[in-house]
Amino acid sequence: MIYKTNKNRIALTGGAAAAEALKQIEPDVMAVYPITPQTTIIETFAKFKADGEVATEVIEVESEHSAISACVGSSAAGARTVTATSSQGLALMNEILYIASGMRLPILMVVSARALSAPLNIHGDHSDVMGARDTGWIQIFSENAQEIYDNTIIGMKLAEKVKLPVMAIMDGFNTSHCVENLEMLSIEQVREFVGEFTPEKYLLDIANPVSFGPVALQNSYFEFKVQQENAMDKVAREYLKIAKEFEKLTGRKKDFFESYQTEDAEEVIILAGSTAGTTKDVIDRMRKHGKKVGLIKMSLFRPFPRKELLVALKNAKSVAVMERAISSGTYPPIYQDIMTGLFQAGETKNMQSIIYSLGGRDIFAKDIEKIFDDLHAGKISKETKYIGV
Amino acid sequence: MKYHKDIFEIIFHARGGQGAKTAAEIIAQAAVNEGKFVQAFPQFGPERSGAPTKTFVRISDHEIRTHEPVIDPDVVVVLDETILDSEIVTTNLDRHESLIVATKKTDMQIRHKIAERAKFEGKIHPIDANGISMEIVGQPRPNTVILGKFVQVTEIVELKSVIEEFKRIFGDKIGKEATDKNILAIEKAYDSI
Repeated sequence: MIYKTNKNRIALTGGAAAAEALKQIEPDVMAVYPITPQTTIIETFAKFKADGEVATEVIEVESEHSAISACVGSSAAGARTVTATSSQGLALMNEILYIASGMRLPILMVVSARALSAPLNIHGDHSDVMGARDTGWIQIFSENAQEIYDNTIIGMKLAEKVKLPVMAIMDGFNTSHCVENLEMLSIEQVREFVGEFTPEKYLLDIANPVSFGPVALQNSYFEFKVQQENAMDKVAREYLKIAKEFEKLTGRKKDFFESYQTEDAEEVIILAGSTAGTTKDVIDRMRKHGKKVGLIKMSLFRPFPRKELLVALKNAKSVAVMERAISSGTYPPIYQDIMTGLFQAGETKNMQSIIYSLGGRDIFAKDIEKIFDDLHAGKISKETKYIGV
Repeated sequence: MKYHKDIFEIIFHARGGQGAKTAAEIIAQAAVNEGKFVQAFPQFGPERSGAPTKTFVRISDHEIRTHEPVIDPDVVVVLDETILDSEIVTTNLDRHESLIVATKKTDMQIRHKIAERAKFEGKIHPIDANGISMEIVGQPRPNTVILGKFVQVTEIVELKSVIEEFKRIFGDKIGKEATDKNILAIEKAYDSI
């Protein structure tokens, strides 16, 4: 045995890790739809509530549409508000997601990213969250239980700082149902980090009455939306500040994305989520055989850190963008965003779009090794490749 | 050649509802208590009571990054011998690696059974987990009893860590008397030849 027992080192599923982070934050309100396709996050948090470990008001409603609607009301009233969902649940929330961001409400939502029907499938992919990428929510992806714990805490603080809602995302099943080691902060550390929630404007502030989400017609709607987008433009800077503050607190490196062995890499894979770990193992092994391969693991996806990504990719000759979602009728989302950045910068690289692991299909180290080998051999196509079909 | 040489990898074969997930989590948490890194996760297939399931555990002295399913195990544990009728459980299990089966049969009988479906030269450790459980606990609980055999065969975690973890999970739930009996059953499986 090499390691001494570390009291902070425990092992939890990603779902339970997110629930622990939420317990430490102890929001005022959590509104949730408690049955399928709900996750263990709510189950675990409801137990904390039942056991008297949190004072949070848990509101159980009859659908996800209602859950996020209750969150909008609660957050507008001035309460620190969270929810969690997955798959069809996120799809059903869609209408209200725009209302939450348009009203500039700092709601935190933990998502176990999963497939969408039809055909019916409840397993892991990114179809649900990618479907919500234009809703005005900040989106942060996580690789494992540790990262979803971290991103839940970072996400809460970020939402309240920039007055926009945040999705902290983990891979459904691969992370949400996998027991892994993580280190947790103390409740005091978390409370100090996120601080007290003091909304600038809120409905229950009867001394300063305001309206949220009023009618805005041709003469003003446009201005509202531009201001909302200006707020999104400032998110990256605030995210980095908060992420670095968290890094200082925990010693765990935080950034827009993780660059793994990219410095001299000629072939690079870009992806988000749990497959990053498998890819790092593949990279270590291929590097022992002299192959110059690397990984960029996306964390912050909305807003998209285009400029920084281009810098990280500057030495890469060939890039495969691996995604767990289809953007029907065009290229998948991350690939689109990176191509836009490259074109603007006047750079050309050999780019391969790849779709993998839809509906929970397993992805193996050998599949990733083959993707690197194909990049190296110049087997690159303008068509999206489907791995494992 | 095993891909993750510094990670000890386990596959549990069972049927839905037999408690393989609990067994996997006890081993994983026991390893965590010894300061190790772990992963424990089910094969994310349909969850139907009675259908064959696979559950994976990884244990290492180093951080575990991979998230692929276990494909080259160091040990395979079968909680229900009828699975041997329909599944090949010995894939990538080589001659120095072990198969633990809950059964009343002998290792030779199991070897013949496996030979019907696959070539296997590794070690076979039969354990009458249901028998021991019925005798001591009074209920068939092969999933926790087999942990005793697992520790004896693999020595990847200590018996006392497994017992501590069993107490932590079940102590309050089933009461002291039942907990003690279960622990006795685990110890008997550990001492079995």
